[in-house]
Amino acid sequence: MSLVVDIFTMAAVGAGLFFFLAGTVGLLRFPDTLTRLHALTKADNLGFGFIVLGLLPQSPDVLTGLKLVVVWLLVQLGAATASQLIAQFVRSERRHEPAA
Amino acid sequence: MISTATLYGLCAAGLVAIGLYGLVLHPTPLRKVIAFNLLGSGTFLLFGIAARRGEAAGFLADPVPQAMVITGIVVAFASTALAVALLLRLQETGASSIEPMSPEQQDNGAS
Amino acid sequence: MNLLPDLALVLLILTAAIWTVAVRDRRDAVIGFIVVGLLLSLAWMRLNAVDVALTEAAIGGGATGLLLLRACARLVPTQAESVLPRLSMRIMTGLLCSVIAVGLAAIVLTPVEPPATLAAEAAANMGELGLGNPITVVLLAYRALDTLLEKVVLVLALIGVWTLTPDVFWGGAPASLRAQQSSGALTFLAQVLPPVGVVIGVYLIWNGADHPGGTFQGGTVLAAMWLLVMMANLREPPEIRLRTLRLLVVLGPVVFLVAGFAGFWIANGFLSYPPAFAKPIIVIVEAALALSIAVILGMLVAGPAARAPR
Repeated sequence: MSLVVDIFTMAAVGAGLFFFLAGTVGLLRFPDTLTRLHALTKADNLGFGFIVLGLLPQSPDVLTGLKLVVVWLLVQLGAATASQLIAQFVRSERRHEPAA
Repeated sequence: MISTATLYGLCAAGLVAIGLYGLVLHPTPLRKVIAFNLLGSGTFLLFGIAARRGEAAGFLADPVPQAMVITGIVVAFASTALAVALLLRLQETGASSIEPMSPEQQDNGAS
Repeated sequence: MNLLPDLALVLLILTAAIWTVAVRDRRDAVIGFIVVGLLLSLAWMRLNAVDVALTEAAIGGGATGLLLLRACARLVPTQAESVLPRLSMRIMTGLLCSVIAVGLAAIVLTPVEPPATLAAEAAANMGELGLGNPITVVLLAYRALDTLLEKVVLVLALIGVWTLTPDVFWGGAPASLRAQQSSGALTFLAQVLPPVGVVIGVYLIWNGADHPGGTFQGGTVLAAMWLLVMMANLREPPEIRLRTLRLLVVLGPVVFLVAGFAGFWIANGFLSYPPAFAKPIIVIVEAALALSIAVILGMLVAGPAARAPR
């Protein structure tokens, strides 16, 4: 039983790492701030969700698992707000310099 | 061969050197404050090495250096806040002076 | 092989630190500093110092980063920024810093055997106080004098920041922290997150008695929620002459001092606790300290007054 749980954890965390890697590749390769934001928010949040999913069976009790889920929700909230703010800033900069 | 604590100790030595380099070389006060904070973080890491090596009595790390580092982090923040307020005020007044502000300076400063 | 993640983390920290010092733009330097702070809290976790990791992430990375970002936004670019000292000076400084690094590395690589530790002494009397977290015990019982003086240093730093107010604005409110343009996302976050944040902050303070946490970490989370509300323009920074504000600022040190002096009557001396009431006294002192820390940290970030009092 615990072997199955461990394999599930490794698979989920591995998938999470893959998505983080994809997000970082997007950060390095995309030409523009807005596209980079898109890559980071989508891929990183998905990767983080996979890591939390993989760690859930490893938690010693239900309360720790619930804390992990709360952490995941808070990270999503923070990341979404941060990317919205950065995107608004980029848009307002572009509005002020239409020639650039 | 090298333990975890020793590796982070070498990292701390590197941080102290980098912070000191930035502190000496940068001409603007804000960069000096940032470099000073890096120097402080390196020093705190050295305390952390002492704590990690002092593992005993069922604790994974000696609590006394950790408490000192917590105190140090808070005091470093307080001194950074004072330094930042000083350098912003220096930019507003343009010079170190305790003369009362002229009306133009008051208008520029009110934001 | 066990050291691979640690080696990667150390290389990341050093690269980020070098980049922070070497980069030209000062906003990049501040962001690099925040990155170093967050990586350092990971390093503290690897060193088994969970309380310090929490404090570093909250104060070292978060609060200091916020302070420096606000300063960076208000600073005017000067001519001195683009001018670095000449190459010979940089090489000499680099050599000096390398010598210092080598000296510190030599100290690190030749540890004292057996390692000097006070863990046994710290563990010896923990049972009397009824607390489970040795760091809280050290901070509030063994080295309570250090913590008291540190609180006073925080109050003094705040007074120092307030003395930089121009005479005309004395007693007024600090400059508004709101952003240049109003943002629906930030307002939404400032309405949804603070209730959760306050619960987490109080939980950190309460839980610090037996598990990692404590007044500084919880107080910083509370201060962060207050700052978030002010930055989303849902509340204005309070006027400095307000009696409530000043009362909250000194509440922590005063309660701590009262508990300290009470030790003369009910226990052995200054800042010693009677064995029966140790935990309640410590909890009351912690609550007052955390409230003070939250208010002081918020006002330190807000800065000196910039408007005349109404």
